[in-house]
Formats: sequence, C-alpha cells, structure tokens
Amino acid sequence: MSARRVVVTGLGAVTPLGLSSQDLWDGLLKGKCGADTITAFDPVKFPCKIAGEAPEYKVRNYVPKSQRKSVKLMCRDIELSIIATHEAVNNSGLATKATAPDNVSIDPTRTAISYGAGLISCDLVELAPSVALSITDNQFDIKKWGVDGLNTLTPLWLLKYLPNMLPCHVGIHHDIQGPSNTITCGEAAAHIAIAEAAEMVARGDADVAFAGGCEAKVNPIVMMRQCLLKRSTVASNDQPEKACRPFDADAAGSVFGEAAGMLIFEELDAAKARNATILAEIVGTASSNSLNKQYEHLEPDGKGVAIAIEKALAEAGISPDQIDLIIPGGTGIATDDKAEAAALKTVFGDALENIAVWPIKSMTTHTGSAAGAIDLIAAIQAINNSQIGPAKNFDTPAEGCELNIAKEATTKEINYALCCGYSFGGQTAAIVVKSYKETA
Amino acid sequence: MKQRVVITGMGVVCPLGHDVETFWDGLMTGKSGAAPTTLFDASTFPTTFDAEVKDYDVSRFVKNSDLHTHGNRGSRFVLGACVQACQQAGIDTETDSPADGIDRTQMGIYLGAGEGSVDNDAFFDAIVKGWNDENREMNWGKWAEVALEKMTAMREMEQEPNMPSGHLALLTGARGITRNCLTACAASTQAVGEAAMIVRQGKADIMIAGGAHSMIHPLGITGFNRLTALSTRNDSPTTASRPFSATRDGFVIGEGAAIVILESLESAQKRGATILAELVGFGSSNDAFRVTDMHEEARGAVAAIHSAIKDADVTTDDIDYISTHGTSTSENDSIETLAIKTVFGDQAKNVPVSSPKSQMGHLIGATGCAELITCIKALETQTLPATMNLNEPDPQLDLDYVPNAPRKADVKTVMSESFGFGGQNNVLILRKFDA
Repeated sequence: MSARRVVVTGLGAVTPLGLSSQDLWDGLLKGKCGADTITAFDPVKFPCKIAGEAPEYKVRNYVPKSQRKSVKLMCRDIELSIIATHEAVNNSGLATKATAPDNVSIDPTRTAISYGAGLISCDLVELAPSVALSITDNQFDIKKWGVDGLNTLTPLWLLKYLPNMLPCHVGIHHDIQGPSNTITCGEAAAHIAIAEAAEMVARGDADVAFAGGCEAKVNPIVMMRQCLLKRSTVASNDQPEKACRPFDADAAGSVFGEAAGMLIFEELDAAKARNATILAEIVGTASSNSLNKQYEHLEPDGKGVAIAIEKALAEAGISPDQIDLIIPGGTGIATDDKAEAAALKTVFGDALENIAVWPIKSMTTHTGSAAGAIDLIAAIQAINNSQIGPAKNFDTPAEGCELNIAKEATTKEINYALCCGYSFGGQTAAIVVKSYKETA
Repeated sequence: MKQRVVITGMGVVCPLGHDVETFWDGLMTGKSGAAPTTLFDASTFPTTFDAEVKDYDVSRFVKNSDLHTHGNRGSRFVLGACVQACQQAGIDTETDSPADGIDRTQMGIYLGAGEGSVDNDAFFDAIVKGWNDENREMNWGKWAEVALEKMTAMREMEQEPNMPSGHLALLTGARGITRNCLTACAASTQAVGEAAMIVRQGKADIMIAGGAHSMIHPLGITGFNRLTALSTRNDSPTTASRPFSATRDGFVIGEGAAIVILESLESAQKRGATILAELVGFGSSNDAFRVTDMHEEARGAVAAIHSAIKDADVTTDDIDYISTHGTSTSENDSIETLAIKTVFGDQAKNVPVSSPKSQMGHLIGATGCAELITCIKALETQTLPATMNLNEPDPQLDLDYVPNAPRKADVKTVMSESFGFGGQNNVLILRKFDA
C-alpha cells in the first residue's frame, strides 16, 4: 500500500447492542438482536414498526467540561459520535484535549478525521411549533412561515443538521487540526471514510487519524423513506428479532437502526514508539460503483461490489484464498443479498467454500452510514479473539446465497478479514484488514 | 511513483450560464446572477432574492435524460457539467461500449455534492396534519398517513447527497474509486483535492471531480437567514454580493454544479488529451475552534494555505493570483484577508485576489470547483475576474481585490481557497501546464 503502514489502535462503538465496542462484541457472540419495536416515536401507522435503537445514555458524561455548552447544538448523530469517539480515544491510550487537557499526547496539526455521515433529518417535533404558526385554512402557508415561523426557530438551527458537524464537534473536543472530511456516500459512507483516513496516514498528511461513521436512523422521515423504498421488512413487526435475515430464504427486507463507530489509526512506527496495543493493520481499501437504473438496488451480478473487493485485495497484495473471514453488506434485502453473493462467487470462486462469511446486520441492524465502521470493529474483534459469532436468522440459504455461514459461534485463526458494503445510489466499497503480529 | 495530476476537461452549470464560455463571458462583462427568488414564494422572508440557475434543460446535454428526470436539482445540474467536461476530455458518455480507450475501473468520481431539498408540500403538510399544538405533541399516526399518501420513494431517495454521484456513474460507466464528501461550503474544493491525491498515488488514472448543490428552498433559506448569513439588501439584488466592501452584509445564495476531469499526466499524454492546467498543491485543515465562528487568528485557514504551498513545492513569491472564498460576510472576508496577510507578509498587497461570488453568488457545496474553473480560465486568458460591487472599501481590508473590472495579468501559478461552516479549510494550487 505504501511505505507508511497504517495500524488500528483504538475502537469505540455505540450500537443497538450497547454503548461500547465490548457490548457490541459480547452481543454479537451471543447472537443478541438489537431490533425491537420503535420507541423514539409511535410507529403504529408505519409499514415497518421496528428498528435498532441504542440504549439510553447521558451525552454530558462524554463531553469535556469546557465544552458543555455545545451539547445544545447536538443532534442525535452528533451525540452518538461523541460517545463512540470517547471510547476509541481511551481505548487507544492516546490523550487528547478532551480526555487529558494537561497531558495531550497527540500533535493536533498532525491528526486528521475522516467520517461517514448520513442525510440528517431535522427534528420534526422541534420544527412543528414553528410550522403551527404558519397555517392558513389547515394548509402550510409559506408567507406566514417567512415571518412568524422562521423567526421562532433557534438561530443556530441549521448547524445542528449539517453532516460535517459530526467530525467538527469531535474535532473541537479532541483538538483535531489536520484534514477533516465528511463522507456522505449513504450506506457505504463509513467504509469509504475509513479508506480515506488510512490514505491520509499512509501518504503522510497525518500521523493519527480518526476514522468511522454514524447515522441516527431512527427518525420518522428516515424510517419512512426506507418504507417507501420498500427496503424495510414489513413481515416481522410482531417478531423483531426474526426480522432481519441476511442471505436467508425468508429474507423480506432490512431492519434499520442507529449507531456510531470510531477507530483510531496510527502510523505503525509511531504506534510502536509509544508501545500502543496494535489491534490490526489496514492493508487494502477500494470503492467502485454498481450501475443500476434502479438506484435503490445493486445490479444483479454484483459487479460493482466485485470490482471493489478485487481492487482492495490487489492493494493488500494477497490472493482471494488468503481471506479467512468476510463480513458482507448482507442487508436482508433479498435481491441485494443475492447480488452480493454473486459478487463474492465472482471474486473468490471455489475458495469461497472455505471462507467464513458472517453477516451481522441480523444483530446490529442496518446502521447506514455507520455500518462499515461497525463491521470493521467486529472484524478486528474477531481477529483478536479468534472467534466468529453466530449468524442469527440464517436458517435456510436463499437461492444463490449458499455461502459458508455458520449458525453457531466458531473458533478460527483469522489473518486477513474483508469487510464489504454498498449503498442505494450505487457506491460500493471494500476494506481488507490484517491481524498484527509483533514480529511482522 | 507519484503521478503528476493535470486537468483535461471542465464543465459548469451556474447562475451565470450553463457552460464554461457563457459563465466566463458573464464574469468578464460584469453580469450578476442575482434576482428576486422564483423557486418558491420568499416574499415574506428576510431575504427575497438569490442567484438561481434559470431555463436549464438537462436534455441539452443528456440524450437519455429519462433516466435522470427524478433527479434533484443538484443531480440535474451536475449531469450537464459532467457531459461538458467529458466531451472536452474525450471521455465517452451514455454508452455501454465506449471507444475512448479508457479503462472504466481506473476512472472514478469524487463529488462534494450536497443534499437535495425536502419534498416541501408533503413535508410541511404531514407536520400540519400530525401536530397537535395544544398538547404540543406529534400524532405520528396522522403524520404517517400523510407521508404515505404524499411522499414518493424516488423524491425521498434523491435528497441523499450520494445521488448526484450515482447519476454520474450511470452516465459515464465509471467503476473506479468513488466518493462524495459534504464539508459545507468547502465541499467541492475538498473533493477535487482528495481526488487529486487519488490520481497522484496511482489509485486511478482519471477522476471526475467537482460538486453540485442547491439550497434555494424554504428550509435552506430559513437556516441561512436564521444564521444572519445572507444579505438582506432586497432592493438591490445585483449589488448585494459585495465581498471585501465596508457595506457587505452577507452572502447571496446561488446554486449549480461544476466538474473538472483530473488525470494523470501519463494517461493524458497517452490519450493525446488537451491539458488545461496542472493541479500541483492541496492543503486541508480543520479549525477545531467553534462550530459557528472562524478562528480569530485564522489558524486553520493559514494552516491550509501553508500546507498547499508546501505540497506544491512553491513559495509565496510564486503565487500570482488568489481566488478567494470571499463570501461577502463580515467575518469571512476579514478573517480571509488576515490569513492571506499572515502567510504572505509584506508581499500580501502585491498579490491580486478576487471573488467571483460577487457575480455568480455562493454555490455552497459546488462553489469551490466553479471557482477553480475561473482559475483555469484566468491561466488560459491571462485575465483575472474582478471583485464587483467594491465601491466602499473597508479600511481594515487593504489587499488588491481587483475591484470592479477584470484585469490582464501575467499569471502562471494560482491558488483557490474555500472555507466552510465548522472550520473546514481547503486550498488548491494550479499551474499553467509546462511539460
């Protein structure tokens, strides 16, 4: 990839399975399901009434004292990102302005962030009282809005919902003064942001990079959008934990949820110099496009996914049979699962029989712009624990999806793992991560 | 081996025109894109004007435009800009069997494209019907009934900021590295810069790079008006954008799309493509200061400029012109001037700097790439665009802003700056191509 090697030294995650990356891993090993009936709003008239919601939290516990006022400017996506970052920094052993203001161990100007974010919907309950002032004959009246509605909104309203505010708040708390990018590539956003963070370190523009993604999807508009696109399952409203069934014959759509995942990347020599615990090495990344006139679905042969995987393997300098574990996009949307399985067969051929495939969205739910970060964190934990969790809800393979998916947790030495993903709109992505051994 | 990165095509759809020549002619002849708002009824808003793309027809550029009819404004604009850029660069579009000899897996896309507008009628009606103002609570059942009846799948999906990139993938068949970033008003500059890094590292031969955005819709204007970021000079739209003037009172919001084709020198020469300029430097930084304000000492802006100059392996003496972010807000124009003075020191007053936003308005996410195109034209024509409407100089701002008329100049190396809410700073350096 480059003379400068990029290693992972910290993990942080907020998911429907818990408020830490350890909760995520424990949940995944047990086959715990993060999907349940929606509580964020009353979903009674929604076709899909289930989602993955994070447990309750108090964001103030994760915000440095000097920044407490900033909490008022945070939408939920920002809050989740702040919590995941807090864990990742502590996990890495680095000290930042947020965690140890008197003893900072990073050079802020040599620290970067690349982060995946979704299309953040505003809080409709916050907006509604202003809309209520702008009604004539039971219809929205824009002339009234321009005077009475608009002026009742909080002045900084817009700044809560700009996608780049996620890494901006993180950057202010932790004093990240290097490049800061916000990747908005739908459900492939985190995979792609992670690739760019690794590049920033590899090409020498940063020595430390924060990498990940977030999406607080359990918002009425966001959930309704997936219902309208017929990507959410409506088959299991009374059985949430059976609902998301990647590659299974009864797959009937995905279950969406909220999460944030953050990883700390460092240049290898710098990480070694400070005796950091090195969790893994990022050795190959790539992205491509699925070309389908139906933007909400993958092209049937999964070619865009296959190209991304092939290029990531090439960058890693390995052959397909060297991969020990694949965490696929695996959404539970039947046509997409089938297309992704076709892509895996194209790339791996007969070797695929011996490669463990572990779809995790049946447990984490589909967390959109966070998904790639959550998948990579799961892969790194699998590598370090030599364990792969069970593939919940995989009972009978769907036609074309006969993959090496284990229903029970298994023990396995993992040297190379692949995380791949794709988004409505066409973007595809792949990351190859390698176990790190002291002698390497 | 590091690849040199050159530009082999460009295209624009903006308030001053739907192609590069019309856009440039508009800049050279003092035209303004500003006029009263027509896209919705803004008559009671604090700001009642903007700079809109008018009479745009995507079928002028795209034969099979049926594939893209549901696209949001940004998607439709960027299709036109991309077709122009591809034609200039000799890249075939809308074909399953391109004859241009370009390996599609080595051609990627990097946009700084923004989100599309909400579906206003459905969006507001669902709130009106769902909200119980007495109890101060939403009846989500009623809300959902309206949403299910009025919202459409395509219109909802098209709000996602990755959709313009999806349209370009179908248009061009690009299968290489593809990304979209959304870093507020610096997005397309960051996209072009990061795309250049991808080409430089040999991860793609060609990157289709740029941006697309329209925030001219009720919630967009509401947000900027609440931030008091927009000019309210409603009686004089065409003179409202007045960067660096003492009487500046905010930016004039525009919309549009801009695309450049970035290519490795090796690939461009092999194909015999016409080289418009070389992209030699990129610098990016984060203020890490406040979500609302720029750093008082321009810390982040200075860091990004320094970093771009270092990346380009030039000195401040080599910079012949700066295309500023120059928004016409009080804060930006002061801090940006301070940043230039900090980096250029005693020579700061000798470097001409100007703001095309005085004429085209502020295209938000798309603005940086549109301004980069003005830099390419400046190199080509040896003419600098003016900062229009600069009749009342701000005594604190004393650089050479190229006031009120374009100027002939000897320019070889030029810099383009973009700064965004949240402290996003991105700077590009272009050079006249010299083999």
